This record gives sequence, C-alpha cells and structure tokens, in this order.
Amino acid sequence: MSAEYIISQLINGLRLGSVYAIVAVGYSIVYGILRLINFAHGDIMTIGVYIMLLFMTSTGMPLWSVIVVSVLVSVIVGVLIERFAYRPLRSAGEEATLISSLAVSTLLQNLLQMIFSPQKKAFYLPDFFTQQHQFGIVKLSTMNILTFAAVIIMVIALTLVVQKTKIGTAMRACSENLDASRLMGIKPNQVIVFAFAVGSGLAALAGLMLAGEYKTIDPLMGFVPGLKAFCAAVVGGIGSLYGAVAGGLVIGVAEMLFAGLMPTSVTAYRDAFVFVVLIVVLLFWPNGIFGRSEGRRS
Amino acid sequence: MMMLKVDNLVVRYGGITAVDGVSLELEEHETVALIGANGAGKTTTLHTISGLLKAAGGKIFFQDEEITKVPAENLVARGVVQVPEGRQVFAKLTVEENLRLGAYLQKNKQVIRANHEKVMTLFPILQERRRQAAGTLSGGEQQMLAIGRALMSNPKLLLLDEPSMGLSPLMTQQVFDVLLELKKQGMTILLVEQNAYEALTISDRAYIMETGNITLEGRSSELIHDPRVKDAYLGGDL
Ligand SMILES: Nc1ncnc2c1ncn2[C@@H]1O[C@H](COP(=O)(O)OP(=O)(O)O)[C@@H](O)[C@H]1O
Ligand SMILES: [Mg+2]
Repeated sequence: MSAEYIISQLINGLRLGSVYAIVAVGYSIVYGILRLINFAHGDIMTIGVYIMLLFMTSTGMPLWSVIVVSVLVSVIVGVLIERFAYRPLRSAGEEATLISSLAVSTLLQNLLQMIFSPQKKAFYLPDFFTQQHQFGIVKLSTMNILTFAAVIIMVIALTLVVQKTKIGTAMRACSENLDASRLMGIKPNQVIVFAFAVGSGLAALAGLMLAGEYKTIDPLMGFVPGLKAFCAAVVGGIGSLYGAVAGGLVIGVAEMLFAGLMPTSVTAYRDAFVFVVLIVVLLFWPNGIFGRSEGRRS
Repeated sequence: MMMLKVDNLVVRYGGITAVDGVSLELEEHETVALIGANGAGKTTTLHTISGLLKAAGGKIFFQDEEITKVPAENLVARGVVQVPEGRQVFAKLTVEENLRLGAYLQKNKQVIRANHEKVMTLFPILQERRRQAAGTLSGGEQQMLAIGRALMSNPKLLLLDEPSMGLSPLMTQQVFDVLLELKKQGMTILLVEQNAYEALTISDRAYIMETGNITLEGRSSELIHDPRVKDAYLGGDL
C-alpha cells in the first residue's frame, strides 16, 4: 500500500466528508432550535436530485438554472414538511415529532418510487463537471473542487448570517432560550422556517454532489448518507455549525480510509463502521467534539 | 387609564391548577407588588399575562383591550414587557447583542439609540461589559442586563419576576434603586417578589398570593404594618 494510495483515499474521504458536512449543518441548525432530529432531511437530498433530473431531461434549461429550481423546490418541500408534519405536533413533545420525521422519510421515499419508479436512473453531469484535474499526485474533478469550495463558502456565509444578521441573532437566541426569545418579540416559527429553508437548500446541493459522484440515482439514495450526516452532526456536537463541518470531514475520512485500507472481506461493513466511529467518539466526548453540555429542554 | 386588568384568571399545568381565580388591576404609573411564597403561582400568573402560558379561564385586559389569547411574541410590540425570573439573559450572546434583541421589533433607529443611551446611563456597568458574553457577568450584572434589555423594548407595562432573587443585599438595593428611578419616570410596574419588605417599600399597592389565590390586597404603606403580613412575610418583627 503506497503513500500515494493513502493520500488519495484521504482526499476521497474529504470529498465525501464535505457532502456529509453540508447535510449535517441542516440537522444541526434544526436540532439547535427544536431539539428535533429530522430524519426526513436525507430524503430532501433525493428530492433535489430528482427535480434536477426531471428538469435536465425534459427541458433545455441551462444547468445553473436547473440547480436553482432544484434548490427552490427542496426549500419549499422542507418548509411544507415543517409546517404540516412537525408544527402541529410540537406541543406533543420531542418524541412525537421524531416519529413524525421517520414517517415523512418513508412517505417521501415511497412517493419518489411511485412517481419515478424504484429503478436506478443514470445521472450524467456535463463534461465540465467531470473533467479531471491533476494537482501533483492528487486527481480531482471540477465537481470535487466545487464541493470543497461549497463547504468553504457555506461556512463563511453561515457564519456571517448567524453572527451579523438579525435573523441569525434571533436563531442563536432561540436555540439558547425559546421562551426568553418570545419575550423579545421574536417569532419562533419564522426562525424555524428559516432554519428548515437553509437546511433543505443545502441538502439539495449536497444531493447534486452525491449524484455527480455515483452517476446513478434512486429513491432511497439519500437515506443512508443522511444517517451518516446525522452521525457527523452528533460527532461534531449537534447544534454547532463548525462541529457539523468537522464531524462531516471526520466521518468521511474515517469511512474512506476504512473502505480503502481494510481487507475486502470487511469493507462491506463500511456503513456499520460509521456508527462505530460515532459510538467511539461519544465515549470520549459525550457532547461531540465541539458540543456544549446541556440537558434536554423540557 | 387602566393599564392591566386580570379578571378571575385560572391556569393549569395538566391536571394541576396553579392559579385559581386571580384578579388584579394596575392603573397607569402605578407600581404594584405581587407577593407570595415559593410555589404560590406568581410566575405562572406573569407568564399568562405575558402570553407564554394559556389561561384555562378568566380574562386579561391591557389598556382596555383583551389580550387573554395574544401570544408572547405579539404582546411585546404593544408594550407588555417581562423581566423573567432568573434573568434569562442569552448567556452566549454579548451584552450588546442581548440589548439589541430587546429592540428586536423596533424599526426606528432613533428610538433604539435613545433607549440604548437611557439604559447605559441607568447601568454604566453594561457599557463597560458591552462586548462580553452575558454568561460571564455576575448575577447582579445579569439582572441589570435583563432590565436593560426589557427597557430596550419600550415598555408601557413592566412585569418583573423576583429581580432580587439570589442577589447580595448590596445588589438587591441597587436593583430596587433602579426600580424606584423607573417609577419616578412614570413607568407602570408589576413587581413579583418574595422580598416583601423591599417590595412593599417601593410599591403603591400590593397583592398577597397564596397557593393560587389572592388572599390579601391593599395599600403597601398599610400592608407593611398588617400583622398577617408581618407574621408570614416580614419575619414577625420588622
Ligand atoms: N411547568 C410546570 N409544570 C407543572 N407544574 C408547574 C410548572 N411550573 C410551575 N408549576 C407548579 O405551579 C405552582 C405555581 O408555580 P409558580 O407559578 O412557579 O410559583 P411562584 O412563581 O409563585 O414560585 C407550583 O405548585 C409549581 O410546582
Ligand atoms: Mg416564581
């Protein structure tokens, strides 16, 4: 096993981890405010991808506008899910919304299977995205470079929003103390809708990256990466923006090193390995790497 | 003008009735104390007035308009502002950010600036601590911040929930001095306290609350000499 091989697996891990990071941020900001693990979040990725496929194959729209449409539709779907599947149950407690999110996840998967068939479909991006670039010993596609760039831009943009804007300050206030925020005149529903919108839009982008990588898509494709991104959010410390990104990269690298370095007889267990990483991290950092110690909110 | 009128308020937590038919009134510019032991239902009453909790019965009026069902986030703009029990400052946000959140609904920059100046004059320590996270302040400073944040909301009616809780006697005195100053400026104040002596000293009238009911009410200057109040809340011989 050469050093070059290990380095290339590391890079692959960072690529995959970047996708997890983008999805993990969505879990984290919603959890920060609602203490809700939104299991349907991974399926929003899938929705985004199918919308892209639909518009790419049936219209002559340029790719950038297809991406914009896909992000917008995903935002709308995410916001509608919050409005109709979570908000009515909010007063019934965290368990009720958690179960509702699992139901929504299954519903979305089945809907996609009904509309688009359960079969895998090819997903080709224009050559521009798949073109390979050599950097020393490292080979990256345009898509990979865009993925890294997306993570960096996301971190900078979200930091600015969270630190400098009114809605960002309201978000921080709500995730710290919902009742006190209401006493300031902050409407929690506005902040919650904003969190779902941001998370869902990011999920659509992550879906594009994942589909570009695998070159095929299917109605269940978002679920497992969604779970792994959730692990990433927990590993980093759920509720923390930087934690979600760090957790995503840690999980991605761990998964790719496992897949690349272990004997083929065990690499089939790479999904299970991610959960082992989660458990091990939580043994040492019960609140995740960047996590804050706090109890559940009553 | 009648600022606040609470009429036969009932509030329940599940099957437990925490507030059982409470009525109280505040005139404009009045300072009224609501005194009672731990668990009497004072916080529940304030939370229901503020719209954080729903009433199971009774009605609440603010400036002659019914607000019984108005949720907290819509009440602030009308001038009903609460300084919650235990301060509830946003610990991870800076002092300045906490104050800005008090002015969350205020669009007029000039009004924000004027209120900010007023708060800084009232609490010079907040000026010094502007960039610090609120969680790093002492208990007394956090109480100043909680009051300052409330003033940034432009209150017409200020509801304070045990502002002296957990403070040193010196800090307690400072907080009551500030309340006295606000009272002089004409603020209408509903002050919830267990510290009966201080509360009766600065208030015009007072209600005594026990296990969900108002058991006694009257002018504070008279209640402070009432034997029933003395025995139960003033340690007998004040
Ligand atoms: N969230 C809650 N759930 C159930 N019971 C509560 C809750 N909050 C307060 N109570 C009960 O309601 C009663 C009144 O409480 P509270 O209004 O906090 O009193 P006070 O502010 O006068 O100390 C108490 O018996 C208390 O145990
Ligand atoms: Mg109380």
